[in-house]
Formats: sequence, structure tokens, C-alpha cells
Amino acid sequence: MYGWLFRHLPGPLWARILLTVVLLAAVIVVLFGWVFPAIAPYMPFNDGLVGALQHGIAAPQS
Amino acid sequence: MTPSHRRRRGGGFVGILGELLLTLGALLLLFLVWQLWWTDVVADREQAGIIDGLEQEWGAVDAEQIAPRQDGPPPVPEAPADTMVWGKMHVPAFDRPAFPLAEGVSLEEVLNVKGAGHYPETALPGELGNFSVAGHRNTYGRVFEDIARLEPGNAIVVETGDAFYVYEVTESLIVQPEDVEVIAPAPGQPGVEPTQQMLTLTACHPMYSARERYIVHAEFAYWTDRADGIPEALATGAGNSDGGASDQGAAPDSVPTTAEEES
Repeated sequence: MYGWLFRHLPGPLWARILLTVVLLAAVIVVLFGWVFPAIAPYMPFNDGLVGALQHGIAAPQS
Repeated sequence: MTPSHRRRRGGGFVGILGELLLTLGALLLLFLVWQLWWTDVVADREQAGIIDGLEQEWGAVDAEQIAPRQDGPPPVPEAPADTMVWGKMHVPAFDRPAFPLAEGVSLEEVLNVKGAGHYPETALPGELGNFSVAGHRNTYGRVFEDIARLEPGNAIVVETGDAFYVYEVTESLIVQPEDVEVIAPAPGQPGVEPTQQMLTLTACHPMYSARERYIVHAEFAYWTDRADGIPEALATGAGNSDGGASDQGAAPDSVPTTAEEES
């Protein structure tokens, strides 16, 4: 899969390596900027509240 | 396997499955890096900006001057608007001794981005009742990272534009997430009329989990006028009456404290 991708990138070897690094960086930016913040509320270790919150949605009870 | 058995490069079902699993592993690692490190980087930057903003709005406080304890009832801040930053908290026992305090406990709008959050239904500083504050312990700036270090007598100070409110820790406990009575007006006694001015901190427990909650109760000790300087509890060494040894201007909070052990 990745081998196939790498072989199909255009240009000489150094250009393909550079391109790979840039693509990887872009993927990390998207993950850090949008994907991870979107899934973090569903992770079970961030909630330090008593009673009130589940999954980041305010739902005060009692 | 012998060297002559060369695999087809990345080909076949097993090859693709392997690459997918490796990708999954890399994604999980990246998520941990993001959650445990990057959220701190972003939140620290954000909080430093907020602290600077407060300093500008309120004016610098004279960190060389120990303010006298005020008699009489403390001023109660105006009810703050939702998600607004309205105060600053100082906990000299923490490695991160000062952080912003905002209204509300929404993760996205307050706790993840601004610092500690005030439970809206609870009392305000200086009021009779239980001024309750939530904060992260492991992520997003981890304002309550060192909460387990607090011992009876340790100071927790709330600063507003007008005053410093000094509370002293009375007890620490570990409760279940649904135990809302810890933030009842009379802590632990829901429905009972409050007779004291209390403060309660809530954070995740154990570290890197949210299975339980770590709770710290503190009792109001005294207040000082912000125009008079800093309260004794924030002075160098938290007991020296003379703050002259500190040379860091308006940063009484960067004073090293009696940290028992480095984490």
C-alpha cells in the first residue's frame, strides 16, 4: 500500500522522499488540528467534574 | 525463514493488513502525543495570554508589599457571565502556581482552553457556601496536576480585580464521579444551610483516568485588598513577613515552594 504509493510519486528519489515528509506533516496537522479534538470528548480520561458532565455536553443533574 | 524466501513487496492481503495495523498503531501513538503533550502546549500558551490580559486589565499588583488582613466581610464578586474569565487562582504548593479561573465547567469552552472553571450553581468567593472549581489534572494545561500534594493548612488563593481571598485546605478525599454532595453548599451535607465559606476543587482521579474524583476542601481564612499588595500566603516562603528577597516583579507565584518530590 505505502510501497505502491511511494513508487507512484513523481520525480527523482530525493523529491519523492521530500514529498513523503510533506504529506506526513500534512496528515499530522490535520489530525492535531481537527480529528483528535473531535474525538477527545469521547475519551474516558478527561472529565474531572462531579455529576455534571458527560462527553463534554453540559447536562447538570440534581 | 531463509534469506532466499523473499516476500513480495507489500503485496497480498497479509501485507495490506499489516500496513493497516501499523497505521493504526501510529495513529494511537500520535493521539497520545496530542493528548498528553500538544494540548498542554496550546493551553499553556492560551493561559499565559489570559494571565497577561488580566494583569493589564487589573493593573499590576505590588508583589513587594504584604497586604494586611482585612476584617469584616469580604467583597463578593459580581455574578460573572458564562465562560468569562473573572479571576486567577494561586496555589503555592503547585508547580504551576497560578492559572486563570473562568465561569462554567464546559470542557470545550472553559476547562480545555481557559484553565480552572467555577461550577455555576455554587457560591462565589467570600460568599457563605461552597465555592467549587473544576480543573484538568493530566491534559489541557493540567492546572490541578499536583492536587494530591495539597495538605491541610496549604493555601489556595483566589484573586479578582479587587481582592485576594485566601483559603486553607481542610481535607482531601477521593469520591465517585456522581458524588455531587462534595460541592453542596455545606460540603458533604446536601440540603443543609451553609454556615461557612468553603472552597472545593475537583479533578480526575487516578492520574490518566476519570474513574474517580479527587476532591480538596478548603476553608476561608482571610481576604486582602488587591491595592495593598499580595497576601501573606503568596509571599516568598509563604510565611516570611518580608517579601524583599523576591526580585521577580509582579510574579509572586513563581516562587519555588516546598515541593516534596519532582514528578
